[in-house]
Amino acid sequence: MSVVKSMHSLTPITALGGSEPRVETIGGVTCREVPEVALASVTARLKHEGQTKTALKKAVGLTAPDVGLVASKTLTIFWMGPDQWMVEAPFDSHEDLAAQLKALTKDHASVAEQTDAWTRFDVSGENVLNVMELLCNLNTRQMAVDAVSRSSIHHLGCFVRHISADHFGIYGPRASAGSLHHAIITAMSSAR
Amino acid sequence: MIINHPLLGPRDSAEFTYLGDAKMIERPDWESETAAQDFYEYAYLRDNPAGIHRELWFHEGGDRSYLVVTRDTVTHEISNVELARDVARKLGRSK
Amino acid sequence: MSQINRLEGGQIDRNQPLNFKFDGKSYAGFAGDTLASALLANDVRLMGRSFKYHRPRGPLTAGSEEPNAIVELRSGNRQEPNTRATTAELYEGLTAKSQNRWPSLAFDAMAINDRFSNFLTAGFYYKTFMWPAVFWEKVYEPIIRKAAGLGSLSLLDDPDEYDKGFRHTDLLIIGAGPSGLMAALTAGRAGSDVILADEDFAFGGRLNSETFAINDEASDVWVQATIAELSAMSNVRMMTRTTVIGAFDHGIYGAVERVSDHLIMPAAGKPRQILWRIYAAKTILAAGATERPIAFENNDRPGIMLASAMRSYANRWAATPAQRVTIFTNNDDGHSTAADLHAKGVKIAAVIDSRADAPRSLDYEVVQGAQVVDSKGRLGVKFVEVKLADGSSRTIECGALGVSGGWNPNVHMTCHQRGRPTWNESLAAFVPGGTLPPGMTVTGAANGDLSTHMALKTGAAAAKAALGLKGRSAKTPTAEDAPVSQTPFWYVEGCSRAWLDQQNDVTVKDVKLSHQEGFRSVEHLKRYTTLGMATDQGKTSNMGGLAIMAELAGKSIPEVGTTIFRPPYTPTSIGVLAGRMRGKEFHPTRLTPSHYWAKERGAVFVEVGNWLRAQWFPIAGETHWRESVDREVTATRASVGVCDCTTLGKIDVQGSDAATFLNKVYCNAFAKLAVGKVRYGLMLREDGIAMDDGTAGRLAEDHFVVTTTTAKAAAVYQHLEFVRQCLYPDLDVQLISTTEAWAQYAVAGPNSRALLQKIVDPEFDISNEAFPFMGCGNITVCGGLRARLFRISFSGELAFEIAVPSRYGDALMRRLMDVGEEFNVTPYGTEALGVMRIEKGHAAGNELNGTTSALNLGMGRMVSKKKDSIGSTLSERAGMNEENALMQVGIQPLDPADKITSGGHLMAADGPVDAAHDQGYVTSAAFSPTLSSMIGLGMLKDGGNRQGEKMRLVSPLTDLTVDVEIVSAHFVDPEGERVRG
Repeated sequence: MSVVKSMHSLTPITALGGSEPRVETIGGVTCREVPEVALASVTARLKHEGQTKTALKKAVGLTAPDVGLVASKTLTIFWMGPDQWMVEAPFDSHEDLAAQLKALTKDHASVAEQTDAWTRFDVSGENVLNVMELLCNLNTRQMAVDAVSRSSIHHLGCFVRHISADHFGIYGPRASAGSLHHAIITAMSSAR
Repeated sequence: MIINHPLLGPRDSAEFTYLGDAKMIERPDWESETAAQDFYEYAYLRDNPAGIHRELWFHEGGDRSYLVVTRDTVTHEISNVELARDVARKLGRSK
Repeated sequence: MSQINRLEGGQIDRNQPLNFKFDGKSYAGFAGDTLASALLANDVRLMGRSFKYHRPRGPLTAGSEEPNAIVELRSGNRQEPNTRATTAELYEGLTAKSQNRWPSLAFDAMAINDRFSNFLTAGFYYKTFMWPAVFWEKVYEPIIRKAAGLGSLSLLDDPDEYDKGFRHTDLLIIGAGPSGLMAALTAGRAGSDVILADEDFAFGGRLNSETFAINDEASDVWVQATIAELSAMSNVRMMTRTTVIGAFDHGIYGAVERVSDHLIMPAAGKPRQILWRIYAAKTILAAGATERPIAFENNDRPGIMLASAMRSYANRWAATPAQRVTIFTNNDDGHSTAADLHAKGVKIAAVIDSRADAPRSLDYEVVQGAQVVDSKGRLGVKFVEVKLADGSSRTIECGALGVSGGWNPNVHMTCHQRGRPTWNESLAAFVPGGTLPPGMTVTGAANGDLSTHMALKTGAAAAKAALGLKGRSAKTPTAEDAPVSQTPFWYVEGCSRAWLDQQNDVTVKDVKLSHQEGFRSVEHLKRYTTLGMATDQGKTSNMGGLAIMAELAGKSIPEVGTTIFRPPYTPTSIGVLAGRMRGKEFHPTRLTPSHYWAKERGAVFVEVGNWLRAQWFPIAGETHWRESVDREVTATRASVGVCDCTTLGKIDVQGSDAATFLNKVYCNAFAKLAVGKVRYGLMLREDGIAMDDGTAGRLAEDHFVVTTTTAKAAAVYQHLEFVRQCLYPDLDVQLISTTEAWAQYAVAGPNSRALLQKIVDPEFDISNEAFPFMGCGNITVCGGLRARLFRISFSGELAFEIAVPSRYGDALMRRLMDVGEEFNVTPYGTEALGVMRIEKGHAAGNELNGTTSALNLGMGRMVSKKKDSIGSTLSERAGMNEENALMQVGIQPLDPADKITSGGHLMAADGPVDAAHDQGYVTSAAFSPTLSSMIGLGMLKDGGNRQGEKMRLVSPLTDLTVDVEIVSAHFVDPEGERVRG
């Protein structure tokens, strides 16, 4: 995929309203705001599921995964719903991710920019499981690496992704970033 | 309750929004002779059984699928869960 | 301060002495004590006054089933009423007060109630306080209110935090006595995931209170070894101080972990308690059994307790309630108390056994075939009266009486899903019934297997069966296997003021009265007498009540049946049920992309659902919100204003059938909307009532952006998915919410285009010709940033809505303010937004109030009859299309200084003001700076034909009557010229 970098003059802010992403470490667990991702949803059109998967495979070199799984190189694809995936890429090189994906999938899929619908917080550290069990009802102890699941964290619909050992990514709705961040930090203090 | 989502496996019912009787899938034909009566029954009349009930649940906190859940309203035992889309198609719904 | 009732041994730690206060007096105890055990060690038997009659009371038990020794723990903002002294762990500096007495525990003036007991029997409140009727509100109720209730609240905010948590397990074991520990060992060794929970602060269950041997050693050795082995297993989670409060559907259990209750206050950042939601594939209930008393006259004095409790105090807590005790029992188990206390040097005055063939002892007197029939000693038992087998009487001096009527398996959790227990004749007790919560098995004493050996054996077997474990089981450790040897004996013949439910002060006499008055169902007995309805859920009283009821009714106990046990198993704090959902965190807060900028700008915010929206932007010198709002409206209509409208729902609709789909959900036509155009759309409910309105812009043949109101965004999305998945599964249409992905601002006013031309990149022509009213398209701004532009107007001015990805929203707003200075660009909030749309007569949530149809909104003709859409058929019902149906109108006061009140009703200019003459009501009202008058929108019968009519607006609740005129709802620019400029 070609990379187009825009030269516009507007400066972005993070979901927490800062110019730099927030990082906090409490009790050996770190929470890091991750604004540098671009997201787009790709939903196969009726009877074009196969072509969508083929297009994605050709374009990004990854096979769109089944339920809950994640396939990852520079780009990450995870399952969102029936015939629906979220594609994630580094923001700096892929700010126009949605446009790129639309160009590649053409009429086989519906593509929508989702970058700023979400905010991502990475929570990592030895004690992360004790933090996660205060946040969501997923069986994070048993969750495989590269698994991703929807869950509710303090009434916010989030994606929880097991990125690597002791490292989770929580994608929550951007407008509620403050509430989600507060919930994570509180759980980090509270966890034993 | 735990709802065994056909694609996602067992999920807490707290992740769902309950819509109502799965009869809502069988929306009447607006051009039928008896359309007015049909729509009235469709919109207002429900069996509301104490026992086996087929009902619609929306996985709001999940994959946004609608599911048809067969549940005993007295014991809460859930005996079947299907994707509503599949049920709708089986009932002949299309465009 | 000497603890004169201390004994040797026990599990207390004499290396950790603790100081505490009760009713202002200082005492000493040790780590490992409960408040009750420490008080007993200090020779304090009196701990409370009963609920109704204010009788002096002491602890009946040594556990969470305690009905009497409930105290107010702590003070100030941590003051906690109705805390059981029997489970409150002692800590340094603990303070507690007794409850329900004035002025003191020793002298309680309210004990006068006890003298009036004849008038205060069960159900007395159904028969008294009736006459005269006027006395109820002014006299009786205030008195009752003051006298009622148990314990008091500080009314200060709870300073502690509470968490909610989630755990998954293969096997949840409820109860860590011998049975639970064996089950945990079995499952843990097999590698299964296990959660072992016990309400106590130490595992071991009943073993902690007995002098049993396991494998020929003191049972404590086995318990500690087991705990050590389990602790080393990473697949086993051990939860002490954790009460499983309820068995919910499908293997979901609620459990409250008291993380910090035993500390003077929680450590910094740590919660006081956690409410765990445990998802258990399988569950073993190993909750043990609770002893039951025997009812006799005045069986409630301080010092009279369950024999097993006396044993717990002696063996676990090294405390005795008195130096000289008597035992009253109908079974062999009661004798163990005598033996254990005797071994520790306590004088056993006698063991009174109701059985003629009671076993004898060499160490103390056993009186066979006798009953304790009364007790004496106002603030604590001093003597018991005994009726001997031959009918003669005897008085025995003692400071405490241990009573044993047998044991009740703790079946409660098995009944939380409507299960009923089964009567077991040989145990003379209820055991778990046939229908258990799915996935649950019961072991040990909870299942009626009361010996230690059986507890160990069944615990291991149950774990094996539950998990389908193969292979040979480990050998069951050796332990006592004593059979139950009892003769049922529930109450002494002829007793009256014999206490059954000690917390609610329900006597044998009350049960008899209830039967006499015709309450024959056990459910009625419960509610009429309140037996079993106190915080202990009748754990030590239900059985006695049932037995008496059975006898009165001439039935067997199983024929009488039981009432239902319900969660929570023991009282649960509101705080832990709330968790973090308090104050600001009651719900998540959603901030708009321009929020931080708005805050800097001094905006006043309003909560709109979970959103914070700028309501108005006061500037220096403005002291009243009307000044700000009027200015914002005037400035926008005069030049240009900007408002953040990100919160309105945005749904991305794509697919080859996208237009067909929208045609189904909107009542008006959408199939032929051209690319690059936006159209107003009205969605109906299936019953023809207006559900929501918004716009849909067609960015491409197969791509629409649908907007909804802020309030209905989630509901509309849910509805669209229903239509897509359930009604038309073969339509090729895909949906996703993009509400938060795009910052969206309304730019409105005569200079709105000029302002936008300063940021829209030059290759995009947004002149009136190139970008007419109701147009839309993808553009770029500020040198290439992707954006969307919609020429729509809620204000009625020339207006646009511009959208950029949310991370740039802050910068865009600042840029607009910057380049807009020359136009005096004015940020405006929701109030000004509301004023302007009312001035234009645009419907909003107030008008789409769930009772109005398209017709009522003046949009009747918009409902296409040429197609099927949600609600179209039922909207044609005669009842919704009557001649004088409500129609949306404008309302203006004749005197511009008068108020219009939303919610006010419209009445004819003269005639009666009542519901029968009601003509309609006001839905929205605002002061219009444009008209220098208040204006309103409303629903008026046959409103379309009543323009110019003079009417009255009445608001009886606010004492308002105003003369008004019915006018067009389009107060400003009724021809709509400005939007088209």
